[in-house]
Amino acid sequence: MPSIWSQLEPLLATVQRPARYIGCEDGSLSPVHSPESVSWLLIYPDTYEIGLPNQGLQILYEILNERDDAVAERTYAPWTDLEAELRSHGLPLFSLENHLPASEFDVLAFNLSAELVYTNLVNCIDLAGVPIRAVDRTGDDPLVCVGGHCTFNPEPVADFVDFVVLGDGEEVVGEITDALQAARSAGADRAGTLRRLAGVEGVYVPSLYDVTYDGADLVAISPRFDDVPAVVNKRTIADLADWPYPKHQLVPLTEVVHDRLNVEVFRGCTRGCRFCQAGMITRPVRERPAEQVRTMVADGLRRTGYDEVALTSLSTADFSGIADVVGDIVSDPAACGQISVSLPSLRVDAFGVAIASELGKARKGGLTFAPEAGTWRMRQVINKLIREEDLYEAVDAAYSNGWRRVKLYFLIGLPTETDEDTLGIATLARNVAEIGRRYSTSASVTVSVGGFVPKPQTPFQWFGQNTVEELQRKVNLLRDELRRDRSVQVKWHDPKATLIEGIMSRGDRRIGAAIEAVWRAGGTFQEWSEHFELDRWTDAMTACGLDVDWYAYRHRAEAEVFAWDHLSAGLHRDFLWQDWRDALAEVGLPDCRWTPCYDCGACTGYSIEHIVASAVPPAGGSQGTGQDLSTGHSVPVELIPRRPPASTPVPA
Amino acid sequence: MRLRVRYTKIGKVRFVGHRDLARVWERTIRRAELPIAYTEGFSPRPKLHFGLALSVGHESDAEYLDIDLREPVDPDGIAERLDAEMPAGVDVSAVRIIDRSDDALQQAVVACTWSFWLPGVSEAVASAAVREVMAEIALPVEIERKGVLTTVDARPHIESLVVNGADDGCEVVVVLRRGERSLRPNELLQLLLRGELLVDPALVRIRRIEQWIEIDGVLRAVMPAVGALPMPPLQVAN
Repeated sequence: MPSIWSQLEPLLATVQRPARYIGCEDGSLSPVHSPESVSWLLIYPDTYEIGLPNQGLQILYEILNERDDAVAERTYAPWTDLEAELRSHGLPLFSLENHLPASEFDVLAFNLSAELVYTNLVNCIDLAGVPIRAVDRTGDDPLVCVGGHCTFNPEPVADFVDFVVLGDGEEVVGEITDALQAARSAGADRAGTLRRLAGVEGVYVPSLYDVTYDGADLVAISPRFDDVPAVVNKRTIADLADWPYPKHQLVPLTEVVHDRLNVEVFRGCTRGCRFCQAGMITRPVRERPAEQVRTMVADGLRRTGYDEVALTSLSTADFSGIADVVGDIVSDPAACGQISVSLPSLRVDAFGVAIASELGKARKGGLTFAPEAGTWRMRQVINKLIREEDLYEAVDAAYSNGWRRVKLYFLIGLPTETDEDTLGIATLARNVAEIGRRYSTSASVTVSVGGFVPKPQTPFQWFGQNTVEELQRKVNLLRDELRRDRSVQVKWHDPKATLIEGIMSRGDRRIGAAIEAVWRAGGTFQEWSEHFELDRWTDAMTACGLDVDWYAYRHRAEAEVFAWDHLSAGLHRDFLWQDWRDALAEVGLPDCRWTPCYDCGACTGYSIEHIVASAVPPAGGSQGTGQDLSTGHSVPVELIPRRPPASTPVPA
Repeated sequence: MRLRVRYTKIGKVRFVGHRDLARVWERTIRRAELPIAYTEGFSPRPKLHFGLALSVGHESDAEYLDIDLREPVDPDGIAERLDAEMPAGVDVSAVRIIDRSDDALQQAVVACTWSFWLPGVSEAVASAAVREVMAEIALPVEIERKGVLTTVDARPHIESLVVNGADDGCEVVVVLRRGERSLRPNELLQLLLRGELLVDPALVRIRRIEQWIEIDGVLRAVMPAVGALPMPPLQVAN
């Protein structure tokens, strides 16, 4: 296959940060293509700096390249300056290892971690020289697939992709490769190949399903053939210990986000935060054995030369024996005290003095906690059952061990939220700053506020999100309240972007037309505030006859057919509905890894279970440790419509 | 103990910026398990001293880096250890112990030899342009530093200019003296291109061949590459 490097080289002299297009990272491979191998191009549809650290992509890169019958290369979305040069020189999207044209690969596999990259997905397909709509692709075109958390409702991008992969990718990429090899041996055409792929557990082929509407309402998404599953189940690896990947983490030559060694310590989370899609769709909890974590950290540091390691998961302080593991890393004599450990997702009720003092022995970065809501009432609604005392103890442990800066994450626009809840954020922040000042006059707190987006496959999937105006009003309320507090800084996510995330998050197949229209109007890199324009989206929605209010702001009825009902993360719908009722009644739910099973469906459906080394929650843990959680009362009726409200007609 | 390292930056890796390459060096030194010294203070940094920055996209045969170590090491084999850990295109060509009292690279280097590869340009055309440039008494060139445009005379910076022809283009080799306001190679390129050398600047490959220090009025290479012939003092011919 022809490399385009020689044509690319002069263009790189003229663009920003050309190092992101050269490959050559430590850990990158030089796959040798052959007609017999299935070739994958793994694509993260955002910049190199954002995409390179993605662990999912790196894991699949290694697993595929370990096979004799597959090769995998990587690429990322070229920034607008290089894209313009590529288009004006007639050059395509290319891989970083061998600088091959994207269309030379058998599979273009995209990681979808965020909804606002959907226009970049379309742009990358187009830049590859492949028809953007699956229906227009022919035998020679690559198969376009998507994986990642967004695929638990892939309907907005369904028309652009040939197949979708749900859940953990470690096993299924091999099975897909096998299916493609078998299809090739059998001389299958494109349609036949897709039909075979639909038979792989965890693979969803949108073109094999009919979508029926009644006016605006979705009635059903059903398979067109008997051998195509009515419900596609996600894939789940039973034991993380079997998958010590990435073994050779990529070390980039130019600075990227999370530029450090990353070791995943567990996957899945059952704290049961009701807003958290990741916690719902990745169940159960599967801890990596502590000994394997130690080995991966030691080998990884030696091999990469990084002086920082992040222990990643959805809630790392919950890892059994976390303080010991952190202690061993920072006091390793080989590291000479130069290794710092970061724990990106910390629950305050699991962050005790022990972890703080171990972490505090090394260089200190920022420390981030996510109380998520300002009052205990609100935290009961979202089932993030941390008490104010837990937060204060955690920040006290941090400040007293030498930290100066603490960052607090909150959501606004949560179900049943009142201004008292919003202003509770200010109270918490002020109290945290007050604790900091006991230890240092320079202590500060950053409050980071994001607008809540109801996500598919969560108890809040029935909730109509706050309007842009309402979210902005709450941001202003908080900002004004904290204006005079010098030690508290407030940052917020643009509510306009939150609206579009909401539409993409719960949208159906009809939304694809709006995505295409925004892309055609030049709307790429929508995650970047300098490129995001709300008007472009609302104009596109209007032009396509799609109603913003109906998609984003409407509370859903119990029986509503969702665009993702045919895709399963294992969670029973009646469990999610009961959890939504419990949320409105302010009833908490304990963490099932340490308390009896409440049968959400994730374990029982797939015959798997938690793998947790410690039978008790971390010290200070309040969730499911004897608190009185049931303070329930009646459910506010206005949030649970009996019937779908009269809706604007949407063209079928 | 301080080590001076000479290395190349050739091929794809030339698109890696100076600061990014510094970070690659920090990781490489840890991987090679050299006992590097750290700065004191709240946020200790490894003690690395880089020479003159090389612009993104330019290649080099002669980059230099000084490394402070907290304990003495045997310099034998260190070049190979570092070389094995650096990305393709960065070849570590020599490592030597230097005196801590030696001038820092940033101060010591007085001149650099640059090569410009002009694809598709004939030797005759290039030679004529070079003769024209060298015949000028003054060569005003507009340069921008920190957003401010100033005009400097390039002529005193040019120690020599030589053209080497080839089949598919030609190489112009220039020895460029540093001054109060040093000229960047691409600024010199502007002078060369303003004549008849019609070639897209994006296609010109710029490569640093050597960096020079001055000892008793004679220019000598900072540190010749190991295995290279002993580098003679630079003969300056006008």
